[in-house]
Amino acid sequence: MPAVSKGDGMRGLAVFISDIRNCKSKEAEIKRINKELANIRSKFKGDKALDGYSKKKYVCKLLFIFLLGHDIDFGHMEAVNLLSSNKYTEKQIGYLFISVLVNSNSELIRLINNAIKNDLSSRNPTFMCLALHCIANVGSREMAEAFASEIPRILVAGDTMDSVKQSAALCLLRLYKTSPDLVLMGEWTSRVVHLLNDQHMGVVTAAISLITCLSQKNPDEFKTCVSLAVSRLSRIVSSASTDLQDYTYYFVPAPWLSCKLLRLLQCYPPPEDGAVKGRLVECLETILNKAQEPPKSKKVQHSNAKNAILFEAISLIIHYDSEPNLLVRACNQLGQFLQHRETNLRYLALESMCTLASSEFSHEAVKTHIETVINALKTERDVSVRQRAADLLYAMCDRSNAKQIVAEMLSYLETADYSIREEMVLKVAILAEKYAVDYSWYVDTILNLIRIAGDYVSEEVWYRVIQIVINRDDVQGYAAKTVFEALQAPACHENMVKVGGYILGEFGNLIAGDPRSSPLVQFNLLHSKFHLCSVPTRALLLSAYIKFINLFPETKATIQEVLRCDSQIRNSDVELQQRAVEYLKLSSIASTDVLATVLEEMPPFPERESSILAKLKKKKGPGAVSVTELEDGKREGGELNGGSDRGPDAAAMAASNASTPSPSADLLGIRSTAPVNTAPPSTGSLLVDVFSEAGPAAPSAAVNDDGFLRDLEQPTETSDPLLVEGSGDSDSAPPSEDPAPPLSEADELLEKFVCKNNGVLFENQLLQIGIKSEYRQNLGRMYLFYGNKTSVQFASFSTTVSCPGELQSELNVQSKPVEPLVEGGAQIQQVLNIECLTDFSDAPLLNIKFRYGGALQNLTLKLPVTINKFFQPTEMASQDFFQRWKQLSQPQQEAQKIFKANHGMDTEVIKAKLLGLGMALLDNVDPNPENYVCAGVIQTKGQQVGCLLRLEPNAQAQMYRLTLRCSKDSVSRRLCELLAQQF
Amino acid sequence: MMQFMLLFSRQGKLRLQKWYVPLSDKEKKKITRELVQTVLARKPKMCSFLEWRDLKIVYKRYASLYFCCAIEDQDNELITLEIIHRYVELLDKYFGSVCELDIIFNFEKAYFILDEFLLGGEAQETSKKNVLKAIEQADLLQENIDFQMRLFAGVMIPNMTSESSGLFQS
Repeated sequence: MPAVSKGDGMRGLAVFISDIRNCKSKEAEIKRINKELANIRSKFKGDKALDGYSKKKYVCKLLFIFLLGHDIDFGHMEAVNLLSSNKYTEKQIGYLFISVLVNSNSELIRLINNAIKNDLSSRNPTFMCLALHCIANVGSREMAEAFASEIPRILVAGDTMDSVKQSAALCLLRLYKTSPDLVLMGEWTSRVVHLLNDQHMGVVTAAISLITCLSQKNPDEFKTCVSLAVSRLSRIVSSASTDLQDYTYYFVPAPWLSCKLLRLLQCYPPPEDGAVKGRLVECLETILNKAQEPPKSKKVQHSNAKNAILFEAISLIIHYDSEPNLLVRACNQLGQFLQHRETNLRYLALESMCTLASSEFSHEAVKTHIETVINALKTERDVSVRQRAADLLYAMCDRSNAKQIVAEMLSYLETADYSIREEMVLKVAILAEKYAVDYSWYVDTILNLIRIAGDYVSEEVWYRVIQIVINRDDVQGYAAKTVFEALQAPACHENMVKVGGYILGEFGNLIAGDPRSSPLVQFNLLHSKFHLCSVPTRALLLSAYIKFINLFPETKATIQEVLRCDSQIRNSDVELQQRAVEYLKLSSIASTDVLATVLEEMPPFPERESSILAKLKKKKGPGAVSVTELEDGKREGGELNGGSDRGPDAAAMAASNASTPSPSADLLGIRSTAPVNTAPPSTGSLLVDVFSEAGPAAPSAAVNDDGFLRDLEQPTETSDPLLVEGSGDSDSAPPSEDPAPPLSEADELLEKFVCKNNGVLFENQLLQIGIKSEYRQNLGRMYLFYGNKTSVQFASFSTTVSCPGELQSELNVQSKPVEPLVEGGAQIQQVLNIECLTDFSDAPLLNIKFRYGGALQNLTLKLPVTINKFFQPTEMASQDFFQRWKQLSQPQQEAQKIFKANHGMDTEVIKAKLLGLGMALLDNVDPNPENYVCAGVIQTKGQQVGCLLRLEPNAQAQMYRLTLRCSKDSVSRRLCELLAQQF
Repeated sequence: MMQFMLLFSRQGKLRLQKWYVPLSDKEKKKITRELVQTVLARKPKMCSFLEWRDLKIVYKRYASLYFCCAIEDQDNELITLEIIHRYVELLDKYFGSVCELDIIFNFEKAYFILDEFLLGGEAQETSKKNVLKAIEQADLLQENIDFQMRLFAGVMIPNMTSESSGLFQS
C-alpha cells in the first residue's frame, strides 16, 4: 500500500482494489467483480438515498472496473448527479467518469451540458477548469454545438484567470479539431494571437497549440503570429538558464514552448520582413551554437530537452530550405549525432538527414557521411535504427555512389529483418534502375535480388526487369546468358524461373551458338524446374516452350512430346490444359511463316511510370521516395476513347481512325495506348536469327483473339521516366515557329462534323483531339480534348485559334490558354466560346504546337464550326413551305447541285444526317414521298436567315439533286457546298 | 498532437489509458494489446522511438512501469520523452516517491494530474509548481471533510512486489 494516500481516501475502493489484486485467477476476478456490480446496483436502486460520498465511491469503483476492461452499462445517472455536487472531489469523480465513459445518450448529454454550463458560469476557476477539461476530453459534436461560441469568450475575457485561459485554449483546440465548422472565427481571433505576448508562460504554452492549428487552416488571418513568435523565441533563446524559473527544465529554458514556437513558424514561409528574419536566423544560429557547448548537466533530461529544440530548429531550417549556411551546419551537427552513444540521437539524426538529403544545398554534405551510415546499417543492434539507415542510404543515393549503396543494401538484405525486406527489395530495384549506367549491372543486380530475397520480390520487380530487357537490345544477350547461368543453381527461386523462362523464350537464340547453352540444353534446364513450380509459372513456361519451337526448330519434337504428355494435355488446371492443347496444335499445323509471325519477338513496351515506384509509394515508407520522383501521377485513363461522354458515333469514328492499330495492345492488356515505337522489333543483334527468313513480320493481329501467349502478357504499367535522361525538356517558352499551314486533310476532317457535334477530330501517333460541342441561338461552346497518346510528356504545349481573313468579322472565338505540359497518357481539355456575328463560309483554324522528345510538333486543323451549327429548326405545314419556297424565287437566292451519291442511299442514314444538320425535317410536304424537305432559321448576331432545303434522291442513277433557298444568297451557296459532300 | 498515452506494467497490465482521439472501445483494446506486445518485446538498450501504423511511438520504462505515447508524424520525439519524464516527476512529487501501487490505488489522482499537465493531447502547463499547486488546491477544498476518512486509508497488502519500488529507483 502506498505510504501516502493524499486527498480523499476511499476505503471501500482501496479494499476492492486489493481484493481484485489478490485474485489468483481470471475467473476469481470476474466473480469478485460481478459481486461488486450486484452490490453497487442494489445500492443505486435501493430506497435509501445515497450520500455524496457513497455515490462517489461506487462511481469510482465502476470506473475502476471499466478500466480493467469490463463493460459498464449503468451508473451514468449517478455520475451526472455528482456533477452538480458542491463538493469538489465528488464533482471531480463525476467528470472523470463522464470523460472516460462518455455515452451519446441524448438525455444524458443534455444533463451533462447543463452541469457544464453551470460550472462555466460559476466564476470559480477550479470548477471552470474541471468543466473545460471535461469538454476537452469528450470533445463530442454535441458539446461543440453547446459551447463553441462560449469558450472563445472565456479565452479572451480580460478577467479570466490564467489557469482557466490555458484550459480554454486547449479545449477550443479540441472542439476546432472535431467540429471546425462550429468554431467561428471572429473578433476573438486577433486577440488570441496576442496571447503569444502573455506574461504567463503557461498561457503562451497552451495558446500556441491553438494558434498553430488555426494558422494551418487560415494562414493569412494569423500571419501576424510570425513576428510575435520570433520575438518570443528570441527572448527565450537568449535568456540565461535560470531566468525563466520554473519553466526552465534541467537548465534548458522553456523547452516545450521553444519547440512549439519553432513548430508554429513551420506553418509559414521565411519572414519577409528583413529585421524579423535576421532575428530568427540569429535564434537558429544560437540554437546550433548551444549544441556545441559543454552540457550544463549530465542528466539525459538536459540533453534531451536541448536536442528537442535543436531538432525542431533543424526541421524549420529544412522547411525554409533557403539558407545554405544553416543547412550545412545542420547537416554537420546531425553528422556528429550519427556516432553518438545515445541510440535515440542516432535514430533521429538518420531520420532528419533523410530530409536534408533532398535539399540541393545539403545533398552533398549528407553524402560525406556515407561510410558512417553504411556502418550503421551493418552494426546497429536495433532494427528500427537500421531501417532509418537504409532509408537514408536510399535518400542520399545518386549516380556517384549508386553502385556502392546498392551493393551494401544487397548484402544487408541477406540478413535483413523480415519485416523490412520487401521495402528494401523495392528500393534496391528502383536505385538499380534509376542509376544504371550499363544495363548489365542492372540485370545482375535484379537477378541477385531474386537470388537473395526471392520471396520478397514482388511481381512488379520481375515484370520491370523484363520490360527493360525487351526495350533495350544491347542487354538482351547478356540477360539471356546471365539468367541461363543463374538457372543452373540447384535450387533457384520461382521468380528466377519466371524471368528465365521469359527471357530465354524471347532471346535464347542469342546464346544458342555456344554448345554449353544449345537450344536443347536451355530447354532441359527450364523444364527441370517445371514440376516444382506453381500453375502461373508453368503456364508461363509453356509459352516459353512454344516460343522455343519458333526459335529452334530442332527442339520441336522434344517440346511437342512434352506438350503431348498426359500431365500437360490432360492437366486438371484448365489454363494449363488449354495452353498445352493450343500450343501443340499450333506447332503442328502452322507453317513456319505463320509460326514466326505469331511468335514474333515482343514489341517494346511503352515507357510509363515505373510500377515499382508506384508500389513503394503505396507502402509509404518514411523517406521512401522523394516527392519529386513521384510527381508523375495521373497517367492513366487519359485517352479520349475511354471518356464516358463520347457518343456512339465517336467511338466508331475513333475505331476507324486509329491509324496504326497496335497489335499488342489487347494482347498485352495495356490500356490501348499504342507503343511509342511501332518500328519492327529489332532482331537479335549478336547472332544471326535462325529464322531470318521470317523477316519483319506483319502485325499479328489475326491471331491475337485466340488468347495465345496470354501470359507473356506484361504488366500493365511500365517503364518510367527516370531512365529517359534529359527527355524532360526544360525549355518552357512556347515554340516561336510560325503556325503550320492547315493539314491537307483538314477539309475532309471538317466535313465529318457538318452533321454531328461530337467525335474525334484528329488523331496521329502522338496526339488525339476530340470534340464535344453544343450550340444555342447564335452562340456555341466547344470542348476540345487533347490526348497525349505517348508515355512521354508534351512540353510547351500551346494552342491558338484564329479566324483568317473576313472570318475575323464574322465569327468571334474565344479560348482559354491550356496547360503547357501534357503528361504521357494524359488528356487536357480546352473550352472555346463561339459567337456567330454574321453568316460565314470559312472555318476557324486551330494551331497546336508542342515539343515531343525535343522535336517541335506544329500542326494546323480547321475547326468544325460551320454555318449550319446555328440552325434553329422550323416546323411548318406543306402549304406554308411552298408559299415560302415561292417567295425565295430570286435566282441568287437558290443554290443547286446535282451530284453522285458518295455513300449508300439508305433512308434512315439520310434522315439522321439531315436532322444532324440542324434543320427540321418536314414530313408530308413534298408530293414525292422519296424526297426530303427541311426548314430552319440560321441565327446570327445581326440577323436571322431563313433556309429551305430539298433533297431529291434518284436511286437508280445513284444521284442526288440538292436545292437550297435562303433569304441570303451567300448562305445558300455555302450550305449547298457543305451538304453536297455529306450524301 | 499526442493521440494517446498508455501506462502498463512489465507483465502487460494496463495501469492508465488516456485517449485524445475518439476511438471505439474495441479499437482501443486492439491498439493496447498490439502496443503492449510490441513494446514489451523490445530490448532495454533499443531506441525509445518506433514507427507504428502512421504514428510515432515514444516510450520509456520507469521501474516496473512503461509509459508509452503515440504522437503524430510532425511531432517531436525528444520533447515527448520529456513529457513522460515530467509526468513521472509530477506523480513522484505528489505521491512522494511514487511507485506503481500508487497509481493502481489512486488511479483517479493520476488522471487528475495528467489533465492538469496535458489537455487535448497538448502540453497545458509545464511548470511543475503550477501543476501541483492546482492539484493541491483541489485537495484542500475537501481536506476538512475527508480528514476522518484518510485515517482509514491504509490497507495492508500482502505479497509486496516490484510494483512497490519507486519509479525513480531503478
